[in-house]
Amino acid sequence: MRELTYASAYAEAIREEMERDPNIFVLGTDIRIRGGHFGQLKDIGKTFGHKRVVDTPISEAAMVGMSLGAALTGLRPICDLNFEDFYLGAMDEVVNQIAKVQYKFNGQFKCPVIIRASSGAARSTGPQHSQSFEAWFAHTPGLYVAMPSTPEDIKGLMKTALRGSNPVIFSTHKMLSSLKGHVPEHDYAIPFGQAKIVKPGSDVTIATYSIMVSKSLQAAAVLEKQGISAEVIDLRTIAPLDLDRIAQSVRKTKRLVIAHEAYRHGGIGAEIAASIGETVFDYLDAPIMRVGSKHSVMPVSPILQDAITPNQNDVIAAVNSVMEGVKV
Amino acid sequence: MSISSQDARQEGRYSFDSFDSQLLKRFLKEMLRIRVFEQRAEELTLSGKVVGGVHLAIGQEAVAVGVMMALKEEDYVTGPHRGHHILIAKGLETSKLMAELLGKETGIVGGRGGSMHMADASKGMLGVNGIVGASIVIATGAAFTAQYLIRDQAAVAFFGDGGANKGQFHESLNMASIFKLPAIYVCENNQYAVETSVEYSTAAEHIADRGAGYRMPGVIVDGLDVLDVYSAAKEARLRAGSGEGPTLIEAKTYRFKGHSIGDLENYRTREEVQEWMKNDPIIRLKLSMEELGLLDENGWNAMKTEVEQEIEAAVQFAVNSPEPNVETVMDHNFSAEVTEHA
Repeated sequence: MRELTYASAYAEAIREEMERDPNIFVLGTDIRIRGGHFGQLKDIGKTFGHKRVVDTPISEAAMVGMSLGAALTGLRPICDLNFEDFYLGAMDEVVNQIAKVQYKFNGQFKCPVIIRASSGAARSTGPQHSQSFEAWFAHTPGLYVAMPSTPEDIKGLMKTALRGSNPVIFSTHKMLSSLKGHVPEHDYAIPFGQAKIVKPGSDVTIATYSIMVSKSLQAAAVLEKQGISAEVIDLRTIAPLDLDRIAQSVRKTKRLVIAHEAYRHGGIGAEIAASIGETVFDYLDAPIMRVGSKHSVMPVSPILQDAITPNQNDVIAAVNSVMEGVKV
Repeated sequence: MSISSQDARQEGRYSFDSFDSQLLKRFLKEMLRIRVFEQRAEELTLSGKVVGGVHLAIGQEAVAVGVMMALKEEDYVTGPHRGHHILIAKGLETSKLMAELLGKETGIVGGRGGSMHMADASKGMLGVNGIVGASIVIATGAAFTAQYLIRDQAAVAFFGDGGANKGQFHESLNMASIFKLPAIYVCENNQYAVETSVEYSTAAEHIADRGAGYRMPGVIVDGLDVLDVYSAAKEARLRAGSGEGPTLIEAKTYRFKGHSIGDLENYRTREEVQEWMKNDPIIRLKLSMEELGLLDENGWNAMKTEVEQEIEAAVQFAVNSPEPNVETVMDHNFSAEVTEHA
């Protein structure tokens, strides 16, 4: 079995797709030589040269807007913003332009713009380099939002993004960059909107994505020893959101915990909780619990950062609370 | 090419005699088509038939027509919220544009966009835009495509004096210049961003002066003179096509109407408006052509009748068109195209 890191599986997807389709190009800052701030495109610049790996000035609005113009006229840009926080210089281009262009022009244009950036807290990245904005993007009609948690998924989801015709917010997590895992040798793509059961269980469903998948799996292992069988579902994309898979699991387990690193307040977990409440309320034996970051600006101090971001213990605590009163 | 702050006529950018009468008639007719379309759009707005906000470009016809006639048909164009003149000059059908203003199914974008969001992929018209400054970045990307695919295409962004104060303007001009993109940035300086005058909002005396900061020609043209606009755009198109990079053109122009229909216009005087209207680009060209014996009363009347008939037919088409089918309301948020290989 072949193992790759999350970062190198991503680069492999880009390399294979760029070889397949000459209209795919990457633009971003510090990409061609350095391979991006997370080494996410290491060696891509060497292979494809400056025509297809385009270093730009730090001009987020122009980078994202230019990607849109290029997509409308037949190219397939991968716009690399390095840090997710840097989207904010281009939110008009993302929300008012890219997300709306197919609808407002009645389907006359395709808009295969992919924007990749790293989200999440990591080693004191602080107030302006550690944010997770997926709820904003998922809230906006016209955007797909992919949040891969494994090397296998990052490659398969990126291939789907690059072979589709729609804009994709491709959000990778900083702390997953060096995560190793099995990546199939054969060509494969993972469809959007299909969550995956990464650990079957019978007592409680944990719906999660990105960095919180591995933390939820660690939590599930601890809970298993306590005699609680947790089913862990990796959503993989949060737009589209595979609510059917979660509902199906909840019908079986009767309990739901949702875990993400982004703020609990106004997070995608609230949307999932409300939707599951609307559809399978009768099956629930306990209130739905959410795990997410505290509603605070992110500090630099490692201790303070840890106090804000959720970990496996928070997942365990949430599961224990929905199991309360149940003899296990 | 002249670099900013020069009066066009002093430069002698063109001589009237170098234009043949057929081309002059096309300039005149295109401007007239826009004018009549907009006048009818105003009437339909005031009678409540138009849905959504409408921003008229009456007075600015020469900018769109002058630029577009200098382009190749396959060149890409983007525009701002005030864009009917740009869409018509780019060759979009007036009937579909009028139907769009009425929110009809037969509208150019099926009633989804209205006045501020019209486009035609088949004609390289990448859309007018409800957000000030957005046209600039999108055209920059289209110019990137032309360069990437090594096609003889240019991309033109139209925007106003308001757009020139957005970050998108500065980011795009810098990016286009370092990459030598075949882009043409056309600022229609109509003197007001909604109610805010350009003197108040803009530190530079001329927006064209900003071209120097991005190492590209910044050219001032008389935006009420279609031949001056055309001549400058022709040079910019040549530059774009020969790999010399982008050009910034500032067309000094004026909107004879308010920001949008219903604007009380208490930020400018009637005298100021009338002063600019003395230079109406359509009347100006008509008179020049008459003086040179290139147009007579009969020729003018025939042109007017033809244009009025076209626009009247567009209005009838729009009024008689069906409303959009409600069942399609969710269509096109995403492309339905099935993912290959997935």
